[in-house]
Amino acid sequence: MDLFTNLAIGFGTALKLSNLAYAFIGCLLGTLIGVLPGLGPLTTIAMLLPITYALSPDAALIMLAGIYYGAQYGGSTTAIVVNLPGESSSVVTTIDGYQMARQGRAGVALSTAAIGSFFAGCVATLAIAALAAPLASVALQFGPKEYFSLMILGLLLATVLSNGPFIEGVGMILFGTLLSLTGTDVNTGTQRFAFDIPQLFDGLDFVPLAMGIFGFAEIVKNLEPHEERTVMTQKITNMFPTREDYRRMIPAILRGTTLGTMLGVLPGGGAVLSSFAAYTLEKKLSSRPEEFGKGAIEGVAGPEAANNAGAQTSFIPLLTLGLPSNVVMALMVGAMTIHNIQPGPQVMTKNPELFWGLIVSMWVGNLMLVILNLPLVGLWVKLLTIPYRYLYPAIIVFCCIGCYSLKNDTFEVYEAALFCIFGYLLIKLQLPPAPMLLGLVLGPQIEENFRRAMLLSRGDATVFFTSPLSATLLAIAAIAVIMITLPQIRSTREEALKE
Amino acid sequence: MLIRNQRAFAAGALFLVVSVFYFLMSFKYATGTAARMGPGFFPRMVAILLGAIALGVLLSSLTPRAKREKLEGWDVKGLLWIAGSVALFGLLLAPPHWFPVLNLFTSFGLVFALAALIIISSLASPEFTWIGTLVSTAILIVFCVGTFVYGISLQFPVWPILAR
Repeated sequence: MDLFTNLAIGFGTALKLSNLAYAFIGCLLGTLIGVLPGLGPLTTIAMLLPITYALSPDAALIMLAGIYYGAQYGGSTTAIVVNLPGESSSVVTTIDGYQMARQGRAGVALSTAAIGSFFAGCVATLAIAALAAPLASVALQFGPKEYFSLMILGLLLATVLSNGPFIEGVGMILFGTLLSLTGTDVNTGTQRFAFDIPQLFDGLDFVPLAMGIFGFAEIVKNLEPHEERTVMTQKITNMFPTREDYRRMIPAILRGTTLGTMLGVLPGGGAVLSSFAAYTLEKKLSSRPEEFGKGAIEGVAGPEAANNAGAQTSFIPLLTLGLPSNVVMALMVGAMTIHNIQPGPQVMTKNPELFWGLIVSMWVGNLMLVILNLPLVGLWVKLLTIPYRYLYPAIIVFCCIGCYSLKNDTFEVYEAALFCIFGYLLIKLQLPPAPMLLGLVLGPQIEENFRRAMLLSRGDATVFFTSPLSATLLAIAAIAVIMITLPQIRSTREEALKE
Repeated sequence: MLIRNQRAFAAGALFLVVSVFYFLMSFKYATGTAARMGPGFFPRMVAILLGAIALGVLLSSLTPRAKREKLEGWDVKGLLWIAGSVALFGLLLAPPHWFPVLNLFTSFGLVFALAALIIISSLASPEFTWIGTLVSTAILIVFCVGTFVYGISLQFPVWPILAR
């Protein structure tokens, strides 16, 4: 049984005392920051990145993964207790979770979210473990033309599933791809778009860019005058669901887990899409749809299970194909490159301890979250009363320290300041930054595979359509694009993605 | 001519500027052939694609059926405080040798760079108070120096170093 030997390797790594400690710290810090409204997993990971610089690669990844689920879980807590989604994947949880809290059942809603997330986490971990090896071996068969088509498909799907006009999303992908060409051309050694700035010879760094756009620019936006938001908190009393609660939540958790596990693998899928889809599904299937929006426990259980499953299975394309399917995963690529790991199918064969250790630590992390969060809920709720004027300077400080420490150079700090202005411009133009970041991360690989495929075919571009696998991938991409541009589907998509 | 969708028009203009810039820049690098591409081939290809998208966005923002959207106003003050404080942090941590006055120091050290960063970025908040800001500055500096310098040994000059 290959799976079990692999999992055994993973347990060997993940259960090392030091790695357990890093997973724990990661979950704790992730929750701590993720609880704060407006701070999603991406910002949380970006600002906590510097503390992993000094760690070994496996410890760093385990900790970052812990931060990711912690932030994810923290967001749900905020959604339930104060009706403010900490990040977009817990938006739907506010609908019924907050209603439950108003009926004095905040504790039950929180334990439902915890149970659902934990169960989903276990299943998703198994799914990753089972799917990783076969998918990676398929990926190893891929030649340059297949990789090229796969990345085109991934980028287009990610844009189809994000909101905003589709054509502008594609524009942002291309913009990101152009930015990614900064630095040395690997084939000829030519310096491109570097303007003789030595710090740009290695390319434009992803981390300061993400911090500028998602951290700083977001802060500027939040500081704009807006309506007063009041944080009302209440005592959390009974944490235990009743038998009736269990009877209603279990099928919802099972459905949410299945849906999330599948949708998480899709490019652009992940936690947000999963939770929305799960909520819709629960409402459709329920015999009491009128209760939704008034504190139906299925409305918490389903989406929470789905977003956690989706958050985890979105690691699958990253770990097996080297393809980040959303921005959080793109940041993980950045984190892996800092530790000199090139994400892709070869990670599994080259660093099995790291690979399987990371997978097992996902399960360990989920367990920790349950143990950690139920007793500490009161503390998290108190955190919400910290005024924003003290919070945002701290975020800026951590990001600045992280930027400088990347290379012990202030160039990255200036880069983040510039991208703060640029990010604010994007917010004002309502252009989605996520496709741009994916383009930035995948750009070099797209160019490399495109050039190699064209070299092998002696300059014949039809090769992308004559190889069956590559043609299939491009056909799926074309179908997705045609569907999105049909007016009827466009309107339903806009409805589904509306927050 | 009336621009119905000002937001989309501005977005299209941004795309157009970027694509023209990269298109022209790409001629500085060898093009090569389709089979043996030079460094200029792929950038030019992407720039042309982006140019096409830019035109599409621009034109559709002008059609009579376009959604009416205005450009949002900018909070320039907040933006300058935040971006400026970040840039100042970099300047204080390692002043460039050509920068007047600041170049008397090799570094002002993490403590002073952080103090400037926190206080100036706090000024962007409409709810700014001096007492609260000074207290949070002190707490954050102690925490950062403790965690990052002494805790996980990131390389920072903590105190000012005079240039010689």
